[in-house]
Amino acid sequence: MADQAPLICRDIHKTFGELEVLKGVSLETRKGDVVSLIGSSGSGKSTFLRCINLLETPTSGDIIVHGDPIRFTENRRGERVPADNRQVEQIRSKLSMVFQSFNLWSHMTVLENIIEAPVNVLKVPKKEAIERAEAYLQKVGIYERKDYYPAQMSGGQQQRAAIARALAMEPEVMLFDEPTSALDPELVGEVLKVMQSLAEEGRTMIVVTHEMAFARDVSTQVLYLHQGKIEEQGTPDKVFDNPDSERMKQFLAPKF
Amino acid sequence: MLDLKGYGPALFEGAIVTVELAFLSLALALFIGLIGATSKLSNNRVARGIATAYTTLIRGVPDLVMMLLFYYGGQVAVNNLSDFLWDKYEIDFFFQFNPFISGVVTIGLIFGAYMTETFRGAFLAVEKGQIEAAKAYGFSNWHTFRRIMFPQMLRHALPGLGNNWQVLLKTTALVSIIGLTDMVRVAEEAAKAERMPFHFFIPVAAMYLLLTAGSELFIKWLDKRANAGVVKGG
Repeated sequence: MADQAPLICRDIHKTFGELEVLKGVSLETRKGDVVSLIGSSGSGKSTFLRCINLLETPTSGDIIVHGDPIRFTENRRGERVPADNRQVEQIRSKLSMVFQSFNLWSHMTVLENIIEAPVNVLKVPKKEAIERAEAYLQKVGIYERKDYYPAQMSGGQQQRAAIARALAMEPEVMLFDEPTSALDPELVGEVLKVMQSLAEEGRTMIVVTHEMAFARDVSTQVLYLHQGKIEEQGTPDKVFDNPDSERMKQFLAPKF
Repeated sequence: MLDLKGYGPALFEGAIVTVELAFLSLALALFIGLIGATSKLSNNRVARGIATAYTTLIRGVPDLVMMLLFYYGGQVAVNNLSDFLWDKYEIDFFFQFNPFISGVVTIGLIFGAYMTETFRGAFLAVEKGQIEAAKAYGFSNWHTFRRIMFPQMLRHALPGLGNNWQVLLKTTALVSIIGLTDMVRVAEEAAKAERMPFHFFIPVAAMYLLLTAGSELFIKWLDKRANAGVVKGG
């Protein structure tokens, strides 16, 4: 079981009604990988990320989290659904997600937000969860805000709190869904800095992003998605400096 | 000092009946309301249909008519059922519909429909991202409901609940019609016997006012608690 792949996705398809958003996307990660998913809006990158933790159910394809393949079945209408909700809950607790609009629970303080899932889902004793939460809050630099409610903080602070919430699960893989897209430009840096330090610690991360500098400097693997398919894939050097695909070249070209 | 001509204790007991009736009906209405709202929002077509039929029916029929229907109709239904069970299966089943139970059931059912609508709106007002975050962290459905959905919904529901509660409290006066000795009925009897309507009805009105004003304060306090974490204005 040494160094098992934290996450493998094989040939993921996703259709909404008539619209095929993902047309077979595969991804294999090793421990410590930082995978950046880039591409224009509507390319399917966020949908792919949401398929990984089953916020969307892939129409076909396999997801294997640390050697544990997610089991699917069909409901009465013939749609594919997860076979075992317990398994889904368990897998989700190993893949913590950071959302574009933070989604901190607005009726809880920062500290309550962070200990909620460890205490209730992972059954960590409360005292330990609080210690852990405080350590992560130190790490993301907002320890002094621990008793604030989300609405009392700036977007950058909220997103850092959300990252602390994700860290507190001590996840196999962290999923970031455009974590800086909802932030004012001057707040983007503080969040990216935190993410970079996580990458340097060797955490496995999958990041949907429009921050090309981050993708280039921090990732180990870059996936460029276009119309639901992987158009270009490889190390940042390869994808950014020597892309094979014409579209990738266009995507990177200066816009003005 | 106000001279209640010996009706004081009866009026006081009537007031207690009113309060008991109001609280029990409220509990029933809240319970029905939560179930109704969840049904209306569920994917199950049958549950949705039943809940919609229920709210349409109840909200479309006058409270007084419903109450008479339950009290008189309810007893006839029990009698018929009792005869039927005895003839067919020799099962001895009977109970007397008392005005208090009829009152609680009727008011609970009526306000359950209003609560259903209040809760439904409040559930819809909860941001989708809040629920999604709960799911993404491995919460079970029940845990999501209990820790995220419910507390956030409450904030949106409270103003409506407060309103429903005040109307409910006043609707309890209708039970005097079906023979329950609440404070309105005592006052009515006293007023008739003594020919002093102001003398008896004004204290009753004041009592209702006291109860509603008191609950308004309580609801304000609840509202403040439920809105923890909400930044006003901005």
